[in-house]
Amino acid sequence: MAEFIYLYHNTPQERDAAMGSPEAAQRNMTRWMEWMRGLEQGGHLKSAGQPLEKGGKVVRGGSGKGIITDGPFVEIKDVVGGYSIIEAKDLAEAAELAKGCPALDGPNGAVEVRPVMKMDF
Amino acid sequence: MELHEDLFRHEAGRMTAALTRLFGMQNLALAEDVVQDAFCRALELWPRRGVPPNPAAWLMTTARNRALDVIRQQRTASTFAPEIARLLDSEWTAAALVDEAFTPALIRDELLRMIFACCHPDLPESAQIALVLNILCGFGAPEIAAAFLERRSAIEKRITRGKKVLASTSRLTDLRAGDLAPRLAAVHRTLYLLFNEGYHGSSSRGVVRAQLCEEAIRLVTLLGEHEATAVPATFALGALMLLHAARLPARLDAAGDLIALWDQDRQRWDRDRIAQGRALLDRSASGTALSSYHVEAAIAAVHVGAASVAATDWRAIVELYDQLMVIAPSPVVALNRAVSLAERDGPPAGIAALQELDGDDRLAAYPFFPAARGELESRLGRTEAAARYFEEALRLARNDGERRFLERKLERLRS
Repeated sequence: MAEFIYLYHNTPQERDAAMGSPEAAQRNMTRWMEWMRGLEQGGHLKSAGQPLEKGGKVVRGGSGKGIITDGPFVEIKDVVGGYSIIEAKDLAEAAELAKGCPALDGPNGAVEVRPVMKMDF
Repeated sequence: MELHEDLFRHEAGRMTAALTRLFGMQNLALAEDVVQDAFCRALELWPRRGVPPNPAAWLMTTARNRALDVIRQQRTASTFAPEIARLLDSEWTAAALVDEAFTPALIRDELLRMIFACCHPDLPESAQIALVLNILCGFGAPEIAAAFLERRSAIEKRITRGKKVLASTSRLTDLRAGDLAPRLAAVHRTLYLLFNEGYHGSSSRGVVRAQLCEEAIRLVTLLGEHEATAVPATFALGALMLLHAARLPARLDAAGDLIALWDQDRQRWDRDRIAQGRALLDRSASGTALSSYHVEAAIAAVHVGAASVAATDWRAIVELYDQLMVIAPSPVVALNRAVSLAERDGPPAGIAALQELDGDDRLAAYPFFPAARGELESRLGRTEAAARYFEEALRLARNDGERRFLERKLERLRS
């Protein structure tokens, strides 16, 4: 088994829409709970991970080296709302599993699947 | 821990109520933002950590903490409820006040206040209902639009305009003073229409519709719990809802189609609801004013008290409809009276009463007017005439449920 990280991408608008009414909130909560439970029951959930706060800072290099800005959350459309750590046979399986993620319900939602490098020394 | 299916809807109303007490009605949008914020926190945590043992209390605490943050950050920028603005200036009194706003008794009072706020005399009834559903029951514009067969944009506009009117009322309604009495009739009517839309509504399906009756019962129960609104008409309205809702389990067949009172399996009527409805009807029998809700509840009580259609006391029902025609005459009441008359005196008497309603344009598009005539014609063995009336009814059917109901009638007639 290999380890993967799921980064849940969304746009602020979609995030608001997802919780825009109590009905929507109920639907989404149910979807996310089923999603996490599914991963867990399949033996794929190494860690449910953490949500990420909305705000933050970016420290840039290059010509603007050392400049600290708010964001990327204001400038860029999509934000990483949280992450989970997954166990799967290979990248193909990890990606296939991600298809059921509720983050994909909106047109701009995405799950970034990244293999965690093995460090055996 | 499983999630209760109405958790977010029910808590949204309660949280908004507590928050508008602090922020003032003019900051309703801010209150709704805080509610949404609490929901977002829940969505981030619960799927990862599991649903907390008391999810409602968790949401309330989260909203309470967020309210305190908002008050700290914005107390110089915003004007909160004028009555309490001074107390929010001090950190110590602010925290105590926020805690107080989230106590169950005050939330109940605040919900009540919001019902009255939603029934603002400057708003049309359709907007009052939309606001009650949105603010107190937690339904979004798409769900309300689906329940009332209207366009989502139309409902959105109605809610936005309504909220503007609410925001302009900066003074809190005083539950003890004379503020409630003038609007109580409008509140009763709104809840009555809400219940009716769920029970007889023009759309036959949809998730929300089935819940409209439950929401109306929940809110009328709230009215009955407060001394200022626990008047005979409130109990009568509650009785009317419960006695009708008792028949809900027998009203649809397995395919979701309507079953007429004549064909319902009375074993499936909800005995608890019948008992609760009767108890409320007893409580409503005080004072001197007889409301239309009293009479309608009494009619419903006669029906649920009968073991069969034949054993029903139609004499009592016709008398009650006669009374209703005096207090609250309407063509639909007259139609129901005619049907009851046919049960008491036979089909010809019913037909004669129906003929008096011919040409009433308020019944022109109502499918159950020709359907009632068709039913009586068929009992007299006049199959062809009956089929003509049922065909006319079928043309007027407003949804699939009504259509299938009438098609089955026609099939039975022809076989």
